[in-house]
Amino acid sequence: MKRRNIVILVGLAIAYALISLWVGQQAYNWMPPQASAEAVLIDNLFSFMVTLGTFIFLGVTGTLLFSTLFQRAAKYDTSDGPPVEGNIPLEVVWTAIPFALVIWIGTYSFQIYEQMGILGSIEDAPMSMAMVTAEAAPLGIESSSVSQSAELQTPIEVRARQWVWEFYYPDEDIVSTELHLPVNQRAKFALTSEDVLHGFYIPAFRIKQDIIPGRKIDFELTPIREGRYRLRDSEHSGTFSGANQTNVVVESADEYQQWLAFAAAQPRTAAENPAFDEFTQAEQNPISMGWESVKPAPAPMVNYASSKEDSYE
Amino acid sequence: MSNASLDVSVVGRGQPQPGAPDNWKRFFSFSTDHKVIGIQYIVTAFFFFLIGGLLAMVMRGELITPEADLVDRTVYNGLFTMHGTIMLFMWTFPVLNGFANYVVPLQIGARDMAFPRLNAAAFWLVPVFGVILIASFFVPGGPSQSGWWAYPPLSLQNPSGNLINGQSLWLLAVALSGVSSIMGAVNIVTTIFRMRAPGMGWFRMPAYCWTVLAAQLIQLFGLPALTAGAVMLLFDLSVGTSFFNPELGGDPVLYQHFFWFYSHPAVYVIILPVFGFFSEIFPVFARKPLFGYKVVAVSSFVITALSAVVWVHHMFASGTPGWMRMIFMFSTLMISVPTGIKVFAWVATIWGGKLRLDTPMLFALGGLVMWVFAGITGIMLGAAPFDIHVNNTYFVVGHFHYVLYGSVTMGIFAATYFWFPKMTGRMYYEGLGKLHFVLTFVGANLNFFPMHPLGLQGMPRRVASYDPEFAFWNVLASIGGFILGVSVLPFILNLLSSWVQGKPAPDNPWRAIGLEWLVSSPPPHENFGEIPVVVSGPYGYGMDEPLVENLAAVASGE
Repeated sequence: MKRRNIVILVGLAIAYALISLWVGQQAYNWMPPQASAEAVLIDNLFSFMVTLGTFIFLGVTGTLLFSTLFQRAAKYDTSDGPPVEGNIPLEVVWTAIPFALVIWIGTYSFQIYEQMGILGSIEDAPMSMAMVTAEAAPLGIESSSVSQSAELQTPIEVRARQWVWEFYYPDEDIVSTELHLPVNQRAKFALTSEDVLHGFYIPAFRIKQDIIPGRKIDFELTPIREGRYRLRDSEHSGTFSGANQTNVVVESADEYQQWLAFAAAQPRTAAENPAFDEFTQAEQNPISMGWESVKPAPAPMVNYASSKEDSYE
Repeated sequence: MSNASLDVSVVGRGQPQPGAPDNWKRFFSFSTDHKVIGIQYIVTAFFFFLIGGLLAMVMRGELITPEADLVDRTVYNGLFTMHGTIMLFMWTFPVLNGFANYVVPLQIGARDMAFPRLNAAAFWLVPVFGVILIASFFVPGGPSQSGWWAYPPLSLQNPSGNLINGQSLWLLAVALSGVSSIMGAVNIVTTIFRMRAPGMGWFRMPAYCWTVLAAQLIQLFGLPALTAGAVMLLFDLSVGTSFFNPELGGDPVLYQHFFWFYSHPAVYVIILPVFGFFSEIFPVFARKPLFGYKVVAVSSFVITALSAVVWVHHMFASGTPGWMRMIFMFSTLMISVPTGIKVFAWVATIWGGKLRLDTPMLFALGGLVMWVFAGITGIMLGAAPFDIHVNNTYFVVGHFHYVLYGSVTMGIFAATYFWFPKMTGRMYYEGLGKLHFVLTFVGANLNFFPMHPLGLQGMPRRVASYDPEFAFWNVLASIGGFILGVSVLPFILNLLSSWVQGKPAPDNPWRAIGLEWLVSSPPPHENFGEIPVVVSGPYGYGMDEPLVENLAAVASGE
């Protein structure tokens, strides 16, 4: 009898393990395209946790299901079950195993976080200063030329505001509402916000960083797959939060250089500003359907403008 | 002696029984009876639960199409802000305080709470700040639209320009809610420490009382932070101070620390008593003692201690340095150890028992299954690198709705059906109860499961419009939301009709062990004829031992 139970238990554990491994492999398909080096790491971590999680979920719910199906009291049976109050070895095991598992998950996550290395320094930048660098381009170039010799790369300035994204390439003095990045090169950003919290989020890259007014946050990542992806505002930023999105274009080094040259040659014109359009439309409506909103910032003047109609993956 | 107590008991039965439908007016009075206050809390909270649910259904209506078309974006933002606020501050906290009020004194063998007048005052603050919160819909500029976190600087923007605006009313309501909860916590903690019956040692106390104590201790150390944060934000908004306003040199991230220092532990204030419900209900309906009772009891306090050092996991993508993210990742993951102990103990309690699937048991089982799922996604969210992808997406929304609807609200329904006969002296209708369970379980999973794939795909939370590729899962979620809306109808019908004309309930309809089951249903004004002298532990199923020494006198009805 006891031997039979052990065989059944081992058999079940193997079956659960196989199912869990399969589900863990499926987990890769639940994610957006894997477009950055960080995404590869995070998807591996997610698949690992899905595998473990599936095993635990099957173990617990399978046991509960068996009990509810086969261990019901007969209709007129008012007797009690066996008065089992506990089992010390069993309790030690089910304390030790989760402990070991979370240490495992934690250590693995720690290593991955170290490898990602996405977050640089967070510096205080008084709001007025941020405004100055945002508007006076030459100053930005001057200050960055020092670091350029050291790192050969000036961070792209990501300027968030209610509700449009603006990307400033200091070396070429380009302003764009579409973010262009060369594939397989470390991309560096300096994140600033002019009003409230925003979230710099590109699902295909699996990375996200809140942008905090009054601070300059250094951030970096490595795109590894050419394509067009969504960039969204992940921190609730007010009325048009959900509409505050644009595209990221990852392209080959050549195409990227061509784009830089093309954009630099364009005069600055007003970009699309969907939030402002929607706001104006609502204001012209004689019957107000909502409450007062913060007025969206005017359209940024850009060398290269994205369009709401642009495609993305 | 025996004659005297008989006379008293006859007089006692002539008095209005708390919970009986005859004397409904006392529920609108400043009653100091813990049982009246308990029911006041529960019914008031349920009223707000319905309002919060209606707001959610309008949101699900908006989200059934990708465009922002059903309501204006500002209205949508007001809806999700108020939905979250109402469900947390007006539903879960008050309803769980209601159960603690009603059940704890009975379970520990006390005649009332330690401070009955404080108790009533704490309750009557609930409708006060509830009205303030609802009133904010009608002030110019509408209610707060900054989400239930009210992160500055967004919460400081005040586009209407009025001094009295939705955000300031919101902050006032939250601060008052904090005051009310602190008053409640002082009372409950004191009651459990000081008013246990003779023989009711710590390890003879039902697990539910342990969880309530663990939860209310969190209120005492955590709430001051939130209340102070809310008052400072109110000053920033109304009189131009600069605690959190970056334009004037304030620090918006500091507010996030104040907010989450309480608001994460708050999740445990909510879930711990629900763990307590599970620990009460599973032994009764499996006819077995709670497996590993002492460890289960103590694990609540491990959760209390750990809950104080995990708040930054809400800020993994905020302005936090890497070392801080890593420390709080490990502390967060650790919480799964005491929680796992509880889950495994419940499974072992059920295993090999003689199960009866009455409505309380069905809700408890459904709640446990959804809790296991929520726990697994919770561990995933605790792993900082993965959280950086899904933070502020629908994955998080799905996770915490599995917690707050799947486990907490299902657990509250389980507790309601479980103690309804005790509170009202009437049995509910089992058929309607089972219908309620099926609709709730199907609706909750259909509503909240689709949020996980949406979040993995990168749909942010708090958006009125979304890209068309997210439509499929959103339509499913909306259908689930509407099923959940319908699911409360059999519940309301059931409880109202059985409260008025249900079958009279016996003292102990579940053949449960516990002091509250020794007295009449509903219990008399002073709960016990004589204070019980407890002689054994709380879960003696299958052991055939007496719970109290003075059974006849305890149950004598005065």
